[in-house]
Amino acid sequence: MNHTSTLKLTALLIGVLLGLPILSVIGQSLFAGVESISHLWNTVLSEYISNSLMLMLGVAVGTLLIGVPTAWLTTMCKFPGRDWLNWALLLPLAMPAYVIAYTYTGILDYAGPIQSTLRELTGWGYGDYHFWDVRSLSGAILMLILVLYPYVYLTARAAFFEQSSLSMEVAKSLGYSTPKTWFKVALPLARPAIIAGVTLALMETLADYGTVQYFGVSTFSTGIFRTFYGLGDPASAALLATGLLTFVAALIFVERYSRRGIAYHQSKSTPRVRQLIELRGFHALMATLACALPFLLGFMLPALQLLFWSLFEAELDWPQFINLAWNTFYLAALAALIAVILAFTLAYAQRFEKQRVLKLIGQFAGLGYALPGTIIAIGVLTPLIWFDHQLIKLFNWFGIANIGLLLSGTIVALLIAYAVRFLAVALGTVQAGLNQISPSIDYAAKSLGRSTWTTLRLIHAPIMRSSLFTALLIVFVDVLKELPATLMLRPFDFNTLAIRAYELATDEQLIAAAPPSLLIVVVGLIPVLLINRAITRSAS
Amino acid sequence: MMKVRKSVLAISLLAISMFKAGIVNADVNVYSSRTEALIKPLLDRFSAETGVAVNLLTGKDDALLTRLQMEGPASPADLFITSDVARLYRAKTAGITEAVESDVLNTAIASQWRDADNHWFGLTSRARPIIYAKDRVKSAELDRYEDLADPKWKGRICIRSSSNVYNQSLVSSALIANGEGATLKWLNGLVANFSRPPAGGDTDQLKAVAAGQCDLTLANTYYLARLAASDKAEDRAVAAKLSVFWPNQSDRGAHFNISGIALTKSAKNQADAVKLMEYLVSDAAQRWYAEVNNEYPIVANVEASEQLKSFGSAKADSVSLYKLGELNGNSLRLMDRAGWK
Repeated sequence: MNHTSTLKLTALLIGVLLGLPILSVIGQSLFAGVESISHLWNTVLSEYISNSLMLMLGVAVGTLLIGVPTAWLTTMCKFPGRDWLNWALLLPLAMPAYVIAYTYTGILDYAGPIQSTLRELTGWGYGDYHFWDVRSLSGAILMLILVLYPYVYLTARAAFFEQSSLSMEVAKSLGYSTPKTWFKVALPLARPAIIAGVTLALMETLADYGTVQYFGVSTFSTGIFRTFYGLGDPASAALLATGLLTFVAALIFVERYSRRGIAYHQSKSTPRVRQLIELRGFHALMATLACALPFLLGFMLPALQLLFWSLFEAELDWPQFINLAWNTFYLAALAALIAVILAFTLAYAQRFEKQRVLKLIGQFAGLGYALPGTIIAIGVLTPLIWFDHQLIKLFNWFGIANIGLLLSGTIVALLIAYAVRFLAVALGTVQAGLNQISPSIDYAAKSLGRSTWTTLRLIHAPIMRSSLFTALLIVFVDVLKELPATLMLRPFDFNTLAIRAYELATDEQLIAAAPPSLLIVVVGLIPVLLINRAITRSAS
Repeated sequence: MMKVRKSVLAISLLAISMFKAGIVNADVNVYSSRTEALIKPLLDRFSAETGVAVNLLTGKDDALLTRLQMEGPASPADLFITSDVARLYRAKTAGITEAVESDVLNTAIASQWRDADNHWFGLTSRARPIIYAKDRVKSAELDRYEDLADPKWKGRICIRSSSNVYNQSLVSSALIANGEGATLKWLNGLVANFSRPPAGGDTDQLKAVAAGQCDLTLANTYYLARLAASDKAEDRAVAAKLSVFWPNQSDRGAHFNISGIALTKSAKNQADAVKLMEYLVSDAAQRWYAEVNNEYPIVANVEASEQLKSFGSAKADSVSLYKLGELNGNSLRLMDRAGWK
């Protein structure tokens, strides 16, 4: 019993700590002035809203259309290239959205190589032909789809893996055709996981700043920055951010509501010998194409372009890059570990202490994922600097002056910001893993006199291995790519690859930004590949 | 009680030494919105010459400003460097800057380029003239910024987003010269002449003009200079198609902005910080800026780079720079109303 009450307390504490930054944003919004709000309302707000909604709609449709079929094909079917496409489809996860946006703009812009060659060949000038403008709303949607579909792919694939082939067999024995089995059995069973994946992609979409800003698409996220800095009005910016939060809370609520009363527990004892459907001829070709295309466009093409720029046109400073890569790597690893431990504690507390307050904490602390990094950074700084100032007072009382800011100027601030921002990812994935384990197992363990801790160690942890790995992976890659919070919170003389790439890019030196961008992708590949191996191994 | 105090003290000191390793009070700490590549080499030279170590934190100007404000008197920062005057103004009004009395700074920098109360000082100046396609626009067709609202430019102007502070400051200068009503009217006309929705950076606009997507743009000259001096033939080809036009020479002059520096109120090491400020306006440092980033030296006796000189010289708008900062919010509101995205 003792364990669970400590657990509850810890969970409450985590909730409060991670909730503080969000609360401080909401608190600030109360000071918003009528004049600024009416200005926003009369001029730009409707565009922010419609652009953000269009962006979300496009990304939702796109990630579903790519993520679900590719997940199904690679888990259920056999076709040429399946073995490597299976993991290659994950690689765009390591590609930051702003980097892919820069790269495609370099290729497809009016002044870029494709259109220039086209004009040279045909003698056309501006306005003589129609060419899709990459720097547009549709361009932003496409860029985000290309790098965000792996979230859906990853969660859908896990769900299809977990599905016992028994249910498929049963459906088939009842005379269902393969497509019908898929639509009537496999898809509905995987629905919660798929929706969870889309939700992640949508929250990333709402928080995206780099891509939409570069493309000149006014969204809620860019609007928050304009209001904060351009208008010099932090309170109205906080109000916009709170509006965004409310929207996300509603989104999460709808998502939860849509799977109310649905609980899927699968015991691991079900024999899961899967009979792969062998595709031939035209069908095999189409399957290979369908899986290869997202990988080619979302990873291969931009990576090659970056490689080309890095090798032939940019200058490389290896010792500096190794230092940056190391900073980036350990920061991301540390943050991923912390986020997963926190998420695990919260999820565990919710399972054993069925109290509404714990559930609420989990949902509330998860909101950070949709907030742009700078807003989180400000939310983290506010309480942290307050704490630092109290410490200074305390030390003055001891007779020691000038200790300066203790926590807010250190990596601690960064780690807290990452925890706030990425807890939702870790929590969602860990919860999904925990929910697969039937409560009857817990009861059995308890009736045998095992403590919660022993049950966790001997039963839950091993079963949840693949979910834990997935959570680690996503947070790691997310931190690797994170920019605004890192930019605002890092200590003196501490840089990461993302920051180096960003500085060069904002100075409009896209080619010089290629080597650090490429390195972000390379550093991100290592865990993607390692963890993918661990996931597939533990699932088969 | 004594015992508790001692152990609290011991643990805390341990914690401090862990977190604060490397930052000594004797160092000068700089918050800079100039990117590392454009400030670090100078700081390193300063350290080599004086033996004073300098710690650098780069970031977006507004984010750094917010951090400074929140950190208050405990902030580790001694100096704040930005690439636009609006932020220096904001820092001063936020009460985080400190006046500096230095004959070196006052002599080197003309009074137009520094704060009247000595709270901030320009380090380089940056011009934002009209840059046009030589083959499609004749310089005789151009005169003032205000004329760009003329319907004859319909569909011929490329420009970056109104979220960009260079554009905000330019609009502020027009606002000061012409007043709110005229400026809004001008903005409406200007926006109607855009050839495409604003996107990308200044370099992107220059490339678009060269490629024929539009005929002219407003951009800072160092971007053009960089293209002209590039190793890549295609960049030089872009620059070769473009020419600089200095607007408003018959009245207030072309729009110039500054990158600048301010001493923070929280500065722990004022003496060395001021020494660094003075170093940044030394001839050597000014020449470095001129050559490396093609910005105009703020110091009169240091010449601009050959590249910049090839763009010709101009009368600069003599508006008090702090007013640009003061009007920043108003300008953005007008841009919102005119639909400049």
